[in-house]
Amino acid sequence: MDLFIKFLVAAIGAGTPLLFGTVGEILNEKVGHLNLGVEGMMAIGACAGFMGGYLSDNFMVALLCAFLAGMLAALIYAVLTVTFMANQNVAGLTMTIFGVGISNFIGVYMIEKAESGTLKLPAQVTQQMRSIQIPGLSDLPVVGPLLFSYNPFVYLGILVAALTGFYLYRTKTGLNVQAIGENPGAADAASIPVTKWKYFNILLGGGICGIGGAYCGMIINGGVWISNSVNGLGWIAVALVIFAAWKPHMAILGSFVFGALRVLKYYKVGFMVGMPDAFFDMLPFLITALVLIVTSMRGNKGAHIPAFLGNNYFREER
Amino acid sequence: MDKQKCAIRCSGITKTFGSVVANDGIELDVQYGEILALLGENGSGKTTLMNMISGIYHPDKGQIYVSGQPVSISSPIDAQNLGIGMIHQHFKLVEVFTAMENIVLGTPGKLPGKKALKQQVTQLCENYGLDIDPEKPVYEMSVSEKQTVEILKVLYRGAKILILDEPTAVLTPQETEKLFAILRQMKAKGCAIIIITHKLNEVLSISDRVTILRKGKSVGSVETAGVDAAKLTELMVGHAVSLSIERPEPKDVHTILKVVNLTVAKPDGSKGLDDVSFQIRSGEILGVAGIAGSGQKELCETIAGLLPAQEGAILYKKENILGKSPEQIIDLGISMSFVPEDRLGMGLVASMGMPDNMLLKSYRKGKGPFVDRAPAKELSKKLVEKLGIVTSSIEAPVRLMSGGNVQKVLLGREIESCPNLLITAYPVRGLDINSSYVIYDLLNQQKQKGVAVMFIGEDLDVLLELCDRILVLCHGKITGVVDAKTVTKEQIGLMMTGEMTEEEKKKEADEA
Repeated sequence: MDLFIKFLVAAIGAGTPLLFGTVGEILNEKVGHLNLGVEGMMAIGACAGFMGGYLSDNFMVALLCAFLAGMLAALIYAVLTVTFMANQNVAGLTMTIFGVGISNFIGVYMIEKAESGTLKLPAQVTQQMRSIQIPGLSDLPVVGPLLFSYNPFVYLGILVAALTGFYLYRTKTGLNVQAIGENPGAADAASIPVTKWKYFNILLGGGICGIGGAYCGMIINGGVWISNSVNGLGWIAVALVIFAAWKPHMAILGSFVFGALRVLKYYKVGFMVGMPDAFFDMLPFLITALVLIVTSMRGNKGAHIPAFLGNNYFREER
Repeated sequence: MDKQKCAIRCSGITKTFGSVVANDGIELDVQYGEILALLGENGSGKTTLMNMISGIYHPDKGQIYVSGQPVSISSPIDAQNLGIGMIHQHFKLVEVFTAMENIVLGTPGKLPGKKALKQQVTQLCENYGLDIDPEKPVYEMSVSEKQTVEILKVLYRGAKILILDEPTAVLTPQETEKLFAILRQMKAKGCAIIIITHKLNEVLSISDRVTILRKGKSVGSVETAGVDAAKLTELMVGHAVSLSIERPEPKDVHTILKVVNLTVAKPDGSKGLDDVSFQIRSGEILGVAGIAGSGQKELCETIAGLLPAQEGAILYKKENILGKSPEQIIDLGISMSFVPEDRLGMGLVASMGMPDNMLLKSYRKGKGPFVDRAPAKELSKKLVEKLGIVTSSIEAPVRLMSGGNVQKVLLGREIESCPNLLITAYPVRGLDINSSYVIYDLLNQQKQKGVAVMFIGEDLDVLLELCDRILVLCHGKITGVVDAKTVTKEQIGLMMTGEMTEEEKKKEADEA
């Protein structure tokens, strides 16, 4: 029982960067842009967040840096695909390669500059991003660790997902934004400023991906900078969007399930004990492939894939 | 002219796309409380002009006045603020949204609650005599319902100037009547309405005035009361055109295709065709009438080998072709040209040029692994010349051609393969008078060559004039096969809605 609760807690932690990535990608796809640059935007966020915290000694500054850097990366993608109508897949893949590259490059540069030869977040920052302990509540059995034992990223992630869901499904802007992803021609004819909202969503999504990246850079390796900290999570996030049927609240569930898969190797029981760790490292990607197969067989009716996803919109095209 | 009453006035509007002049110095005006019909051949610039009024395109030259004031309409938002609403030829609706979500889409202000919104939509429906379920998603709607949503969208925004681009192209005669009743009501409430349609009888019945465009220029406006169909055609084409369709006597008649007790299921499991039996003979045109979705598509696709049949047989020269692949069926000399509602969906690849589209049907006959494009190019040039296809170059993607030209390409290719049986569905869909007559002539030529032609059509007047026999479908059943020379339009109308001929009734009774 104790082990199981520990497993769940670890799963939620490991799922948090996926949650940010997935919500960010949902915002992109809702306006019809398949952004394959999540991995890159997260990598840039990881670097910006870590370096922000390293240089400023302040966790909030680190978060802000990650968010802004993610937005900046998304801006490149948005200019390419919205304004210049470049192919979305190519632009996204380029963003991933560029993002991972520049993140590692800056990391190496900073390490060379550092006297100790390694980069470690200042104690003040690690203090601020430690798990939040709420007196009384956190000490409760079962409920305490399960609900009140996480670092600020986890709560922020759930809050962001909930707010995104509210934005998309409960506001008029959300309705308009969804129309853009379904049929930009119809949205345009209904006098919705298509370009404006595309930029808004893509940039906001990029910022959220950036925060997810900051989790990877700052938390996963315990506050020490190591290259490639995102390590494929961005790709899982892209697939998770389909698993979540483009719904932010489903993304919460989906990312925690995948988080569980990622930490399973540390909590092996029974028949799993003899299996190699490498198998468990591969598991999330295998399940991703299975999810894609199942969802594509389930057909289009249940899953609400934005109908115009992947296509650029040009008003005067005939 | 009374400035208060003038809704829209266009003065010297010019718009070019690359080297093509779509609109050239157009003059047009419409008053409040008036229905103006805009008439012109395919590619004469009607849609372009309307798109400029609704802010989709921006004119290169010229001035638009709304309610007497000069305005610049640079986006649909501007148009909406000026009270202009457009109902596009291809509906601009979000399929997964409900009727009321589509209606409220993009309107300024706070989102009203679901109940309040439903109330508003219902109220609007009552005011204008419309009928729609506000909570029905668009993908479950019929074409006519979708159009109602489009109209409501415009009304919800308080538009006083309404533009309809070929609203009747996809409607049944009954739905068209309903639409016209709504338009008359809106006119009575003081709206200005511009309607684009190719059907002259509709122009004559609904409009107060007609403005005619020819090759991007406005050739004038006339009061509807003072003109007839022949006069309108003459203005539109530039010279007098005979409006009667030839019907040469069929000769050398023998059965080519025999369909026996054919039953076909639709993808959703319901019966698309239900125990259908008939014959197609060489040297005649067999018309197929029926309300859209009565089994026409299934009939075409089954004969072409695209859909499997549940029961029955299709005998082509005494050989059952059910179960053969489309390729084998084409080799037998059965050729199909199907023009779907969106025109490009089946038969042609939109982004390829003419020669490549020709090759789609003939590349298999080539020797070796390489493609020889020379004959396809020759054929394309020949078709352009023979059918008067207008295109900037034969290599230009077919999607850039106007609808009529696309249909000529499709039908021309099918005819060039020298079929024994030519199936053509809706070949004149959305075409203007002149292009339609070119197509009728083509079909008659085939008939005289001894080809069996199956013509699936919408316009009953045309079916009655062109075909030798007419087969009527209703819910996948044949309600009658009648002689086109003796039957009346009303009789066919009744059969389309399920009334059977005495002969068919007897057959049913015999079987039971």
